[in-house]
Amino acid sequence: MTRNYPPMLVLVLLVTTMSLPVFGDLIPSRQDELTYLLRHDCGSCHGMWLDGGLGPPLKPENLRHWSVEQLAVTILYGRPGTPMPPWRPFLSPQEAHWLAKSLKQGIGP
Amino acid sequence: MSRLGFGFLLLFCLSGAAGADCLTRGTGDLGIIIERAAGSLKVVDTSKHRELFRVTGLGDVSHASAVYSRDGRYAFVFGRDGGLTKVDILCGEIVKRVVQGGNAIGGAISQDGSLIAVSNYKPGGVKIFSATDLSLVADLPATRTAQNEGSKTVGMVDAPDQRFLVSLYDTGEIWIIDMSKPEAPGIQRFEDVGHLPYDALITPDGRYYIAGLFGQDGLAMLDLWHPENGVQPILKNYGRGRQKLPVYKMPHLEGWAMAGDRAFLPAVGQHEVLVVRRGDWKELGRIPVHGQPVFVMARPDGRQIWVNFAFPHNDTIQVIDTETLELIKTLNPGKGALHMEFTPRGEEIWISIRDRDEVQVYDTRTLELTHRLPVDKPSGIFFSARAHHIGL
Repeated sequence: MTRNYPPMLVLVLLVTTMSLPVFGDLIPSRQDELTYLLRHDCGSCHGMWLDGGLGPPLKPENLRHWSVEQLAVTILYGRPGTPMPPWRPFLSPQEAHWLAKSLKQGIGP
Repeated sequence: MSRLGFGFLLLFCLSGAAGADCLTRGTGDLGIIIERAAGSLKVVDTSKHRELFRVTGLGDVSHASAVYSRDGRYAFVFGRDGGLTKVDILCGEIVKRVVQGGNAIGGAISQDGSLIAVSNYKPGGVKIFSATDLSLVADLPATRTAQNEGSKTVGMVDAPDQRFLVSLYDTGEIWIIDMSKPEAPGIQRFEDVGHLPYDALITPDGRYYIAGLFGQDGLAMLDLWHPENGVQPILKNYGRGRQKLPVYKMPHLEGWAMAGDRAFLPAVGQHEVLVVRRGDWKELGRIPVHGQPVFVMARPDGRQIWVNFAFPHNDTIQVIDTETLELIKTLNPGKGALHMEFTPRGEEIWISIRDRDEVQVYDTRTLELTHRLPVDKPSGIFFSARAHHIGL
């Protein structure tokens, strides 16, 4: 499921995200904000329940082949050539990582 | 005399019982508002600015749209989960509900009101149902993609002569579906119309079908008076040589604005409204606006354009004068201003404000807020006047 990123870019981005300091948990109020963002804004393409729409579904079973780091990079930098935009202006790497981890684990309704 | 009186009383009681809570009135000033998170809708009276019913059990309506029966009594709601629900707005109840696909995006009602067509993301393709009982009339699978999945279908509209038009997102096609013989649907396919058509519209006169393209500049246009000319690219130089900005919500083309001989539409990846001339589809100008436009809608008389925006600018609404092309008002109604609907003659506009759990009503002459209605996470607003418009 590796997508069409230039290999150097992927490498650079992976190193960038992975070399970040160990992620502590986000404060609960920010977690709530991110969950709301996921449902309502990411949800405008991926479905409010993440069942997919114009964008692919984001349930744990759909993301098995992606690592948390890959997902975090996709969230931060988007997927060129598709409608997936970069969310870097609104999310820190730590927040993208938290979202990616939550998606992999499954986020309750 | 007393027997007659008893008879009347009996009749009164019976009719009261039989009618349950159904209303006896016209529906021309009624509408529905989708509650996207709760899977419900509200039936509203636009004259009295009040709620009449709340209807629950619609499934996932997080991106729902709706069309109306030609008598204006029934709304057909297309849910995200593939649900198609027929709602009686005079009784505030579900008449029939079917789950017709895995994941749907929208639909249309045929010219004669007898058929409902649904476009599906999953498994792709189009299904057509009887408007009476929602029984399946036709199942039209989409072209397969390289990954052997049915292409997502988008931009479903009705067209004159009992036809539907739809675009195929993954395979870049436009189809004309002729349902004049429901038992033998005719499909005319136009291929290579452009990369990733993401939504489409038909002009209010039913002549031009135009699909927006996400994967390239310009739009794809089909003149239904001259389908032999094929699908033609229009505005293809738009955006050339300019860096596209990220798009955090895909614009909608349905309900795009025609004012006189000019059309106003959302640019993709630019914070602009495009002004083009109907007919030759030449660009007449661009209006810089607050963000990525999502809906660009004309007041029914064509005098004003109202625009809402994608995240992170979705707390703002802007109003444009169609004569001067100048911004005349910037409103800040609250975060999540998702959808707008004009009353049939345009004296009011109703706006869903998701994060405030309310619908706000503005007077379009004074541009002032006049009413607020509590609605849980409101999204689409659909008034019954849509029953009598091509493409809505």
